[in-house]
Amino acid sequence: MLSSTARHLYWMARYIQRAENTARMLEATNRMALLSGSDREWRSVPSIYGLGDAFAQRHAKPTMDDLLHFMTLDSANPSSVLNCMRVARNNARDERNNLTTDVWESLNATWLELRGMTVGPAHGFDYRALIDWIKKQAVMVTGAGYSTLLRDDAFNFVMLGAYIERADNTARILDVKYHILLPSGERVGGSLDYYQWAEVLSCIGAYRTYRRVYSSKIEPWRVAELMILRHDLPRSLRFCLLQIDDNLNQLAELYGARGEANRLAGKLHSRLRYARIDSIFQDGLHEFLTDFIQRNAKLSAEIGRQFLMD
Amino acid sequence: MTEKRFFDEMGGGKKPRAPYRHIAEWLETAPQETLTAKRREAEALYRRHGITFGAYGAVDGNETTIPFDLIPRVLTQKEWQFLERGLIQRVRALNAFLYDAYHTREICRAGKVPEAQVLLNDQFVGLAQGLDLPGRVHAHIAGIDLVREGEDEFYVLEDNARTPSGVSYMLENREVMMRLFPDLFQRHAVLPVGRYTEELLNTLRSVSFNDAREPCVVLLTPGQFNSAYFEHAFLADEMGIELVEGSDLFVDENRIYMRTPRGPQRVDVIYRRIDDAFLDPLSFSADSMLGVPGLVGAVRSAQVNVVNALGNGIADDKSTYVYVPEMIDFYLGEKPILKNVPTWCCDKPDDLKYVLDHLPELVVKETHGSGGKGMLVGPTASKAEIEEFRALLKSRPQHYIAQPTLALSTCPTLVDSGVAPRHVDLRPFVLTGRETVVMPGGLCRVALKEGSLVVNSSQGGGTKDTWVLGA
Repeated sequence: MLSSTARHLYWMARYIQRAENTARMLEATNRMALLSGSDREWRSVPSIYGLGDAFAQRHAKPTMDDLLHFMTLDSANPSSVLNCMRVARNNARDERNNLTTDVWESLNATWLELRGMTVGPAHGFDYRALIDWIKKQAVMVTGAGYSTLLRDDAFNFVMLGAYIERADNTARILDVKYHILLPSGERVGGSLDYYQWAEVLSCIGAYRTYRRVYSSKIEPWRVAELMILRHDLPRSLRFCLLQIDDNLNQLAELYGARGEANRLAGKLHSRLRYARIDSIFQDGLHEFLTDFIQRNAKLSAEIGRQFLMD
Repeated sequence: MTEKRFFDEMGGGKKPRAPYRHIAEWLETAPQETLTAKRREAEALYRRHGITFGAYGAVDGNETTIPFDLIPRVLTQKEWQFLERGLIQRVRALNAFLYDAYHTREICRAGKVPEAQVLLNDQFVGLAQGLDLPGRVHAHIAGIDLVREGEDEFYVLEDNARTPSGVSYMLENREVMMRLFPDLFQRHAVLPVGRYTEELLNTLRSVSFNDAREPCVVLLTPGQFNSAYFEHAFLADEMGIELVEGSDLFVDENRIYMRTPRGPQRVDVIYRRIDDAFLDPLSFSADSMLGVPGLVGAVRSAQVNVVNALGNGIADDKSTYVYVPEMIDFYLGEKPILKNVPTWCCDKPDDLKYVLDHLPELVVKETHGSGGKGMLVGPTASKAEIEEFRALLKSRPQHYIAQPTLALSTCPTLVDSGVAPRHVDLRPFVLTGRETVVMPGGLCRVALKEGSLVVNSSQGGGTKDTWVLGA
């Protein structure tokens, strides 16, 4: 396999994952806004993605629909779902020989349909239905990969791309709570606070899981524990790092060499395995997540350097 | 224009020629609607396989499939055996010429080919001089364009010894035909062509400089924006080799490697589908992003073989064409089996005079032109066009050749109004590694416009499956 093939597959998987998680984040934000009846929640979304300035430039007096358009169908926003799918699809097109028809066709069809949705930021467009559809399509493409791709080293790079991106996105979603301040008069642990934590959970599809695991009311530290430290929740940071570590180990065995990426992944995985939630809270959740996002980005850069000729 | 009778492959209105017996029967009994339905089915198959001309896989609406015609062109075994011998002979001579031209040029010393024809040719590559390639093979893959004027009158129209394309259509056309008309195959013993990719891989593996190692072969493409990208991806896939772009390869101490996640991997043979000019920015166009810096150095130090070899253009341009019968005589001591089309070289004063006197009945071609560009078709040209060419011929005669307008044979073809004769040519593919082999058949191109003699796909041409009958 060529490095360029590995690189295309890695980025294809990252962008599919990013599109899905953007849709999840928007869904939760939208619900939070409905619950609180204010614009506090959704206004913070662009800054979570580092897009605060770009969004402000595009919309002087933004509405919720402006935000939904900006994050989904706006071709001027490099991180919009439309552009994520475009990049994912172009990477896949270069590797049609190395993908199954199922993966290629479902991804290509998703892109074609998205591209056909030429709505301006006009009111009345059903963004909620669009968000549902994006989630469904992303799950379908990912599922096509799981059920049809040959389990060779190419697959390892698909997995690495997906889990690096997912780890980053889960950390950012959890960090939303830091960016959303409670309105004055609302106390920490109050009802609004409660609903916000519940929405963060549903972002990663883990609301029911929380109930099953803890069978208790929603406590911030438990939500964080679930999303950071659970070894069996597919969108937790620890689960993502377990997958990354595993895939890198498989590559090391196959290629007969271990490199810096293996060391960084092993180290980050261990930190999550042996961390405790109370000490994370003591040092500050936001600080922990910021640090994690940086380490994860460094790991991605190292994977790029070691294997992908980035 | 004088009324010309064209040779029809099926026999025209008369009793069908023997190899077309079953085809004629089939066409007589099959209702037009069935044929039209089958044609739609064929189109759907092509789209689904992603066989397109233009941007590969770009389901954007800007891709087109080359029209495929359902009615095959049929050759008897006897006809084919004759063509096959002629093709092998011709390609052996072209290879001998290429070796000689880049070494001592014995053929020029013997006075058979002017030295200027080699050295002053735009396609001459100085860096290819003295290259000692495995088996002395330069044209590993050759596409020889054949036309027919009568029962036993086959002519070579053109040699393609650089990067001939179209073989994927030969293979896919057969696949589609077998799928659509299994009953027709039961009534004919059609010789298979499916082994082409295996033979191609054998050919490529056999010309590695390094015998000690299992050769690593790759296919070098300019990328997905090239109109033949589908073919590049298809062939790489069928052979199970890597499809690489220039940026996937690098040269270190004259050795060539591809970048892989496990580290650099040595490459022994490169089947390149990139023209000479873009192959190596250190040797040719410095601004080319498509090639690999240092590639030519690696070839010269016998660390990697490039297929087809550098500088093959001197053997297949239209001004060299007239010397091919001489080459066959000089290198092989044989008489040419396949005829050349009579050709006037306008750099010879007598030829030029003849051409200027007969412009309305001739076809004039630029020696380095291709794809139907820079060409005058006398019988259909306007007075102004003829005068324009007269001026061009007088000012730069050495850039032009002229040939009589050929009466290309016709083959029954499914068109909107029903089944009608259309002009065809044939490009068989000749592979040379340790030995020279030809797949029985080739790419049959058909001019879909009534009366048109231009079969190029860029000018509205289509393709047909070509059947060589085994018995």
